[in-house]
Amino acid sequence: MSAVLPPMHCNEFVELVTDYLEGALSASDLLRLETHLGACEKCAHYLAQLELTRDLAGSITDDDITPEMRGDLLDAFSRWKAERPADP
Amino acid sequence: MGSLPTPTPEELAAAGAEERLLLARLRQGDAVAFTTLVDRWTPSMLRVARMHVATQAIAEEVVQDTWLAVLRGIDRFEGRSSVRTWVFRILMNQAKTRGVREKRTVPFASLASDETGEEFSAVDASRFHPEGHRVAGHWASPPPRWDEQPVERLESRETISAIRRAIDDLPPAQRTVMTLRDIEGWDAPEVCDALEISEGNQRVLLHRARSRVRAALEQEMAA
Repeated sequence: MSAVLPPMHCNEFVELVTDYLEGALSASDLLRLETHLGACEKCAHYLAQLELTRDLAGSITDDDITPEMRGDLLDAFSRWKAERPADP
Repeated sequence: MGSLPTPTPEELAAAGAEERLLLARLRQGDAVAFTTLVDRWTPSMLRVARMHVATQAIAEEVVQDTWLAVLRGIDRFEGRSSVRTWVFRILMNQAKTRGVREKRTVPFASLASDETGEEFSAVDASRFHPEGHRVAGHWASPPPRWDEQPVERLESRETISAIRRAIDDLPPAQRTVMTLRDIEGWDAPEVCDALEISEGNQRVLLHRARSRVRAALEQEMAA
């Protein structure tokens, strides 16, 4: 990379941060982003907030299924099992 | 915060092995194995199905039909993909067939491209110094620090509920992608496969979703 890369500003950083976390940046954008990140405490903090948002979402438990649906599925399972040839 | 790590490759491999074990038990007619898989995957199956059909009731029928198809097809599953990928592929086929029949639904791919085609800023432009400013494009109003908040507040039930509400308020394609990635813990290729979207679109939807949820959390923290 011989050409001088244009510096990254904060407003570009906040749009590229997901590509960064996903490992999808080009080599030159990765260099620009990490250079900016090393120099900008505010963007480092922004990144930490996004990571925290992602991690806290991981502690949400999804809705349980309704007892009716669960019951219907178990009935269907019993019918399937009854029709199924016995195991060898 | 080290309390919520993302799974390591070893842990993911262990999860795949556990699913195969459950499938083997299911083949032998083990009802506990069946309910374990049903409880684990049905909520996200309903979310995915709901993207293709008009009502929650139809989505429930599609998911029921999918589990029946899984049971009927169980001896033909050869294990070339993960069990979850196989189940969600059956779900997608059932949901699309049903969606076409209902003629009321927008295909997920077109929802996704509508959402990715919209104007978007992760952070409102007014929070950066404008063009012509000495430090144009830099934070004028930076995100308030959260690391000065007590950990108990960051991890509180109120904070988690705020995130939940923010995810529920997202446009549908973004909501689905963030739910599968961050709540259910799927990896990117699995989400692309289940929703039949490109990696690029998946990333754009995830970016918009997480950025919006972070912004909602910032408001919550300021309250």
